[in-house]
Amino acid sequence: MSNAAKPAARPLSPHLQVYRLPLAAWLSITHRITGIGLAIGTVLLVYWLASAAFGPAAYATASAFLGSPIGLFFLAGFSAALFYHLCNGIRHLFWDMGKNFEIKQTTVANWIVLLGTVVLTAGTWAFTLLGRG
Amino acid sequence: MFEAHNLRTPLGRARGLGSAKDGLHHWWIQRLTALALIPLTVWFVASIVGLVGGSYDDVRLWLKGPVNATVMVLFLGVALHHAHLGVQVVLEDYVASHGLRVASVIIVKFICYGLAALGIVSTLVVTFGA
Repeated sequence: MSNAAKPAARPLSPHLQVYRLPLAAWLSITHRITGIGLAIGTVLLVYWLASAAFGPAAYATASAFLGSPIGLFFLAGFSAALFYHLCNGIRHLFWDMGKNFEIKQTTVANWIVLLGTVVLTAGTWAFTLLGRG
Repeated sequence: MFEAHNLRTPLGRARGLGSAKDGLHHWWIQRLTALALIPLTVWFVASIVGLVGGSYDDVRLWLKGPVNATVMVLFLGVALHHAHLGVQVVLEDYVASHGLRVASVIIVKFICYGLAALGIVSTLVVTFGA
């Protein structure tokens, strides 16, 4: 059988480089990424609290940093990651209870999580900036 | 029928610790802290929004409130406990080398406990300070 056609070199299983991840998979990896980001972000919170304990000079330095463009960039990222991890975390708790595993329910929850993140993040910043202005 | 397929020893089943060696403890504490963090996070965001633009004295006065101080201590403790459990799972999934994996998990736990301690002490210094 030396003249038998060679089988085509097909991928044997879904591979990250050729497999289009479903939206729920993107949300799942985003949950981990935002979790890592939030863990690092606690440094910012503790720095702010410590500055309040160290005195007015330290607090002024911390305030100036948090109010600077790079500080605001970190705060924007922190708030978006926090709201995402909160919304998606609640859906994970439903999964842990054995609920909402159907594909349709998962799709609906995907968009609730994404919409919730955008609305809560934008709403918080709008409320904060308008309240201060 | 079920017993015939159960390959675990009676002692192993009675202990119920599984391959992770500590059973459901890690999983359960991660969920318990997650549940607690839902209201704590809402409180945290609402508080920070209220403090934006405030002076040094405003922030200290806010942190001197016994309820605010209590909830801030809870938030720091629960959030950093949740954080080190979560980061541990990620490291265990993605760090292939055993030595590097154990070392990174230990370092992350030490950093999280350190941050929690500094945050809680700082809060209490303001609460009980002049």
